[in-house]
Amino acid sequence: MSLLAVEGLGIRFGGLHAVKDVGFSLKAGEIVSVIGPNGAGKTTLFNMISGVYTPGSGRVLLEGEDVTGLDPYLLARRGLSRTFQNLQIFQAMTVLENVMSGFHLRERGPVLADLFALPGSRRRSREAEEGARRLLARVGLERAAEREAGALSYGALKRLEIARALALEPKILLLDEPAAGCNAVETEEIDHLIAEVAAEGTAILLVEHDMKMVMRISNHIVVLDHGEKIAEGDPAAVSRDPRVIEAYLGAQAQESTHAHG
Amino acid sequence: MTELLQFLLSGITVGAVYALVALGFTIIYNASDVVNFAQGEFVMLGGMITVFAYKAGLPIPVAALFAILLTAAIGVAFNRVAIETARGAPVVSLIIITIGASIFIQGVAQVVFGKELHRLPSFSGDDPIRILEATILPQSFWVIGGAMVVFVGLWLFFTRTLLGRAVLATSNNRVAAQLVGINTGFVMTLSFGLSAGIGALAGVLITPITLTSYQVGIALALKGFAGAMLGGMGNPKGALIGGLMLGLLESVTAGYLSSQYKDAVAFVVILAVLFAMPQGLFGRKATERV
Repeated sequence: MSLLAVEGLGIRFGGLHAVKDVGFSLKAGEIVSVIGPNGAGKTTLFNMISGVYTPGSGRVLLEGEDVTGLDPYLLARRGLSRTFQNLQIFQAMTVLENVMSGFHLRERGPVLADLFALPGSRRRSREAEEGARRLLARVGLERAAEREAGALSYGALKRLEIARALALEPKILLLDEPAAGCNAVETEEIDHLIAEVAAEGTAILLVEHDMKMVMRISNHIVVLDHGEKIAEGDPAAVSRDPRVIEAYLGAQAQESTHAHG
Repeated sequence: MTELLQFLLSGITVGAVYALVALGFTIIYNASDVVNFAQGEFVMLGGMITVFAYKAGLPIPVAALFAILLTAAIGVAFNRVAIETARGAPVVSLIIITIGASIFIQGVAQVVFGKELHRLPSFSGDDPIRILEATILPQSFWVIGGAMVVFVGLWLFFTRTLLGRAVLATSNNRVAAQLVGINTGFVMTLSFGLSAGIGALAGVLITPITLTSYQVGIALALKGFAGAMLGGMGNPKGALIGGLMLGLLESVTAGYLSSQYKDAVAFVVILAVLFAMPQGLFGRKATERV
């Protein structure tokens, strides 16, 4: 059974049909990428899957259960975790606290025990801290643990957001342009990290503009253009697909024909 | 010397009230970045409802509890009806909504409770207690004690409990809070309920000293807001100390200069502090990435 299935998903913003009848599915350990030109509806699709927008039509199934339109916090509790293209970080907290916040779902204990700092409560927060430090080491931020998150570089914040998403131990991880704004070395690190996480059984849905990265790590690619799915398949098949080539190069090719003609 | 002690005692009493109002501001601000100018109305409602429940024959503790719970419910309803429905609007719009709510609640209170002053008997008698040469009313101890208990409770809540941390996380970044599984809608409900309840408690405690009427809220909201700003908006410790300092400043000014100038002097001092430390005494420096 697929971990995540999207069926006929669509949404309108006023007269604009931003996403129209898109469907695909993900299995455990699979890396699926959604690609397409700017404005194709990739982030909108992500926002519908993760509960930020309520879809106008279609369904989102998580382990066979209909979760269409559930609030993001409920999806997070069911094992769907995501990052944002434009970062959603607790700027006023330290790097460590940001990641620890991802542990709180499992950390939950009796309020009175917390108030009086009973041993159980202290143990829970120590475990969260240890777990958070392990994740920070994994994304290469262990040295920055005590720094205020707002002071980190953009590339570091990208990795911090991934670490926090991993703290929830998601079954499905949605990554919205994880490599955007990162240099070549950082991109490669993120690349490895994603492959590792997938190898542990987490399904990964990726939106990314770095085509080399997409082609290298994806098992399956879904191509959107003007809100519609125009192709899907393995990286080799997609990169040869004439409709994909047209969607990416068509406008430019036509423009240059006009210019020369 | 006796004089000074007397001024300090009354300053602490007034300051404790400001501190309670400031703590109310702190909670809603922490959850939503909104400065709730209807906070003073919660204080008014707490006092008023207690007075009327007491007149209706309930013993004072029961009447007070009833008033606090009812005001908390009004706070929750206020959030549902006026704030949640405008979710996504800029914070400034939300603040203006709270000003509107404040005027609305006053209007309703004027119709329901009337325009006259209402009194409530003191909780433990009216015989002044002598401290050295100065005196203090027993009710003052209730006010000061109330502020202390609420402060300690909130401080533990925000620093020790997961739910308290969730409130802080929601204020810092609502989307990120949702991403880590925090029910931000519940956090808002809780914050408004708690804040209104604390405001009501302040109203219950001071009504025996200051009496109450439908329009006491505005002045208290302004002073509580000033206290919270002085201490650093969002910090419970700042709210407590800011509120107490404001009360002391007022009472010392009223005693040594003139009660005409007490508001002016208090606000001049606040302006001076905020010029030097825009975040307030205990405020956290705001870092915003563009």
